[in-house]
Amino acid sequence: MALADVCGLKTNQLKNSFLSDFGGSSTHLLDDALTSTTNFTVPYGIDPVESLKEFTNPKSDVKIHFDHGTTTLAFKFQHGVIVAVDSRATAGPSIESQTVKKVIEINPYLLGTMAGGAADCAYWERVLARQCRIYELRNKERISVAAASKLLANIVYNYKGMGLSMGTMICGWDKRGPGLYYVDSDGERMSNNIYSVGSGSVYAYGVLDSGYRYDLSVEEAIDLGRRSIYHATHRDAYSGGVVNLYHMKESGWEFISQTDVFDLHYQYKAEKEKK
Amino acid sequence: EDFVVVGSDTRLSQGFSIFTRDLPKTYKLTTSTVLGACGFHGDVLTLTKVLNARLKMFEHEHHKKMTTSEIAAMLSTMLYHRRFFPYYVYNLIAGLDEEGKGVVYSFDPVGSYGSDGYRARGSAAAMLQPLLDNQIGLKNQQNVQRVSLSKEKVVNLVKDVFISAAERDIYTGDAVVVHVITKDGTTTERFPLRRD
Repeated sequence: MALADVCGLKTNQLKNSFLSDFGGSSTHLLDDALTSTTNFTVPYGIDPVESLKEFTNPKSDVKIHFDHGTTTLAFKFQHGVIVAVDSRATAGPSIESQTVKKVIEINPYLLGTMAGGAADCAYWERVLARQCRIYELRNKERISVAAASKLLANIVYNYKGMGLSMGTMICGWDKRGPGLYYVDSDGERMSNNIYSVGSGSVYAYGVLDSGYRYDLSVEEAIDLGRRSIYHATHRDAYSGGVVNLYHMKESGWEFISQTDVFDLHYQYKAEKEKK
Repeated sequence: EDFVVVGSDTRLSQGFSIFTRDLPKTYKLTTSTVLGACGFHGDVLTLTKVLNARLKMFEHEHHKKMTTSEIAAMLSTMLYHRRFFPYYVYNLIAGLDEEGKGVVYSFDPVGSYGSDGYRARGSAAAMLQPLLDNQIGLKNQQNVQRVSLSKEKVVNLVKDVFISAAERDIYTGDAVVVHVITKDGTTTERFPLRRD
């Protein structure tokens, strides 16, 4: 700190002696978003990877259930990117919520999806939103989807092995056209035309792959996205609730619809019977 | 709706022993927001202490009280900053938003949150949440008209919910403390429950 430097106070020494005396500085509890944006409180002297295993090991007595489980998908086509997600959050065997927002609106032309640990995705995508805004202010132009996804991947790589669980798709429209990147907490970052992430992704891929063409119309693409999520929620216990659909266009994203899978079930059933 | 109701039982137990029968798990944060926190009580106390400190800091800096949604967002980041050494606390924030409508935010131990109309948390949550889904969310009821619930009905529902919980959950009982938050302030009532 500037004042400490002026006074000639060697804060490094002070910090070290505090740590060795009490196992943590006295302001540790308040060292959160207000004062330190890059430090996390960690039990002193304990490897966080090991200690966190206690909380996630099913055989442990102190297992904390974090909100988990999902189906999300996104695909590029000639008119942009369709993003479709379910809305169920589970903590272990219990359904915590059927109304979770799994599409995170980073800014008006960038969307991020949430799969894996809900808190991890929500927090880091919020950090990404801040970084994107800083980029915009510094460079006087919008950040590209490739750069935004790389920022997130690099941030999360620092915590590799510490138990973060995040599988997200960064979708946007930039100078190169529609962009879709898959980023996860293992450090993967890939680009492709179709992605589905989550426990229900296997079911969604089946429907998505059989119906996908690059030259779909907007209505067909929306229907395909909705149908894929529906089928995933039907067969995956950890997915359900409502289907939230977004369309990423050149002018930014647009929220299309929110449909309960309960209604979709009877709608598709009626369509099948008509044939 | 323009009010929020939040209640908690008052029993503190560990294993098969009861430590005290008079420990409500709800904490008033501002005149329009109440925090409900359950789980490991040591972390609950620390979290409440830090939360109150942060609220005071905000007031000193900005000369106004924090609104419910601001408190919820702040609590989320506070919890996430202990991602690698979590607060073992399941939180609920109930209050009135800027427009005076009631809102409930529920959290997981590391800060993921969302707003619901109603939520049950704690040892008997799995038993109580479906009851709330049916009575307040009107789930799985056919051809029911959405009638907005009055304050008396909601308080009675909360009482019934805790009576049911005390019947079947050993960790719930002794008494219920219910807060009703309206734009005129927060009223608190206490009802006895089974002490066994």
